[in-house]
Amino acid sequence: MEPFVKIKGLVATLDRVNVDTDQIIPKQFLKRIEKTGYGQFLFFDWRLNEDGSPNPDFELNAPQFKGASILLTRDNFGCGSSREHAPWALLDYGFHSILAPSFADIFYNNCFKNGMLPVQLPQDQISDLFEWVGANPGAQLTVDLESQTLSGDSLEYPFEVDPFRRDCLLKGLNDIDLTLQYEEQIREYESKNG
Amino acid sequence: MSKEPKTLLDKIWDRHVVHQEPGQPAILYIDCHLVHEVTSAQAFEGLRLAGRKVRRPNLTYATVDHNVPTWDRSLPITDAISKLQIDTLGKNCKEFEIQLFGLDSPNQGIVHVIGPELGITQPGKTLVCGDSHTSTHGAFGTLAFGVGTSEVEHVLATQCLLQSKPRSLQIQVQGQLPTGVTAKDVILYIIRTIGTDGGTGCVIEYTGDTIGRFTMEERMTVCNMSIEAGARAGMIAPDETTYAYVEGRSYAPQGKEFQDAVDYWKTLPSDPDASFDRTVEVEVSSLAPQVSWGTNPGMVTDVTGTVPDPESFADETSRRAARSALEYMGLQPGLPITEIKLDRVFIGSCTNARIEDLRAAARMIQGRKVSSSLQAMVVPGSQQVKRQAEKEGLDRIFTEAGFDWRESGCSMCLGMNPDILSPGQHCASTSNRNFEGRQGRGGRTHLVSPAMAAVAAIEGHFTDIRQWSDN
Ligand code: SF4
Repeated sequence: MEPFVKIKGLVATLDRVNVDTDQIIPKQFLKRIEKTGYGQFLFFDWRLNEDGSPNPDFELNAPQFKGASILLTRDNFGCGSSREHAPWALLDYGFHSILAPSFADIFYNNCFKNGMLPVQLPQDQISDLFEWVGANPGAQLTVDLESQTLSGDSLEYPFEVDPFRRDCLLKGLNDIDLTLQYEEQIREYESKNG
Repeated sequence: MSKEPKTLLDKIWDRHVVHQEPGQPAILYIDCHLVHEVTSAQAFEGLRLAGRKVRRPNLTYATVDHNVPTWDRSLPITDAISKLQIDTLGKNCKEFEIQLFGLDSPNQGIVHVIGPELGITQPGKTLVCGDSHTSTHGAFGTLAFGVGTSEVEHVLATQCLLQSKPRSLQIQVQGQLPTGVTAKDVILYIIRTIGTDGGTGCVIEYTGDTIGRFTMEERMTVCNMSIEAGARAGMIAPDETTYAYVEGRSYAPQGKEFQDAVDYWKTLPSDPDASFDRTVEVEVSSLAPQVSWGTNPGMVTDVTGTVPDPESFADETSRRAARSALEYMGLQPGLPITEIKLDRVFIGSCTNARIEDLRAAARMIQGRKVSSSLQAMVVPGSQQVKRQAEKEGLDRIFTEAGFDWRESGCSMCLGMNPDILSPGQHCASTSNRNFEGRQGRGGRTHLVSPAMAAVAAIEGHFTDIRQWSDN
């Protein structure tokens, strides 16, 4: 897994609650057997019109969000289906960090397995960030996992993240390798429990 | 030894912790791993790239369900990409020596229907699957939760998962349900009450006399939709109903082993003085049938109600969400739920396509005809359910009424196969998600119970079946 240490980038906003993984990547694109190439299908039904042209009303299509690597959104992001295609699509589209007041559990978990950082911030800070992005088009934010801070022109917020997850992400550690360090304990458990 | 009171979750959790370093998640042993075609290919590929094997192939079971056509099984699959995914699972199961209930198996079906019906799902076990509705299996007092593809690979390789212990939420359901009001209405009402993120970070344990009276099928319907409240899992303590359901099933312990298992299962229910992080009480003795009007499973109201006015919501974010839901659904505030015009009816999915669900639906429509204004279909949850229904003549009741009678699979629950809604169509559906586009781009889903869906098919619109059944 690619480590995540720090990124600096443009912030795109998606001002909606309960964005589910069916919207992030609709089911017709789950038939592939690869992990790559899902970016083109991100928010497909919202981003594109029926005829395949970009939907100008969809926030992420706004020209100022082109090339954004941070996504700012609202409560319960990533709810619904467990499909890991959701973080794969977001990452492939260019987002490396997502900022929201809350995330759905499975999605949150899936992000960390793919070198992506979901940052949970208090409601009022998220609202302030929405205002900040609106008032400062083109401004960049820095998400620093090492120091656990989010910073930009005239703002700085600390954020919390589970120390174990942080460590894995900073070092790009793979969970399977970690677990296999405890092979002996697993074997012991198996011999006791059949 | 001190005897700290424990919940059902605590008991199963503690028994499955292989190892835990301070400040790190536990290494949790997984007793049973279910696999399907959509979320597994990349996991098997990961194993191959790392030169790993499946650690316990005999604890792993696979089936195809999401993608499979539900028409005649002797016809070829026309969608080449679907076919590739289905074939890939076949190859992976062969290479890694995993038992597959494939398209030609008499036991094929939706993964959350076949686990329980084969007796694979058992109380006290840990069970995972790369699918969020794995919460279904919690109905047996199993700790069962959905995982992503990376974790599928992790379980295949190690038979363990790295997990932090979730918080516990008790939902106490009290009261005798009125006739015509079902487990589906109960869970929709719960989600309506606690919200689609009301269970985030938690494992829900459903308790109370209503739950105690529920059959296993009803319990599965409730636990199935725990994820729609954001919960990691839903659980119900095993009791006589549970043992009776499991006994005699192909993969369940037999004879003396079954008795030993029951002795263990009896130790599982939460201790009377065990404490939960949070408790919610729900009274259901005057509950009305529930219908969803919006684009998430918390946007639900009584069948006797009306489409809500977005302006009536407390905060701007909810108002905006309701406005955009109504726009997508093509509904006006104040419209009575019974006046929503329906185009399709879907009876199926891992929420409501078990034999009892089909019986409940068939009972309502016997000798009647599907309204000429809509199309209706029944997709049994598994081949076993289908055979049983045919044995009981339910298929004829459905087909004579004008329903399509299909082969088993997920079908129009998510529309990955050819069964989808056309843009703008309203569908009464017994599934679990009414997200935008879930049943087809532009499709408008209304979640209801099987009996409500069946009557909607006859009437062409929603009807309060508490009155209807009296006719
Ligand atoms: S029936 Fe629907 S919810 Fe259930 S497993 Fe299939 S797609 Fe998922």
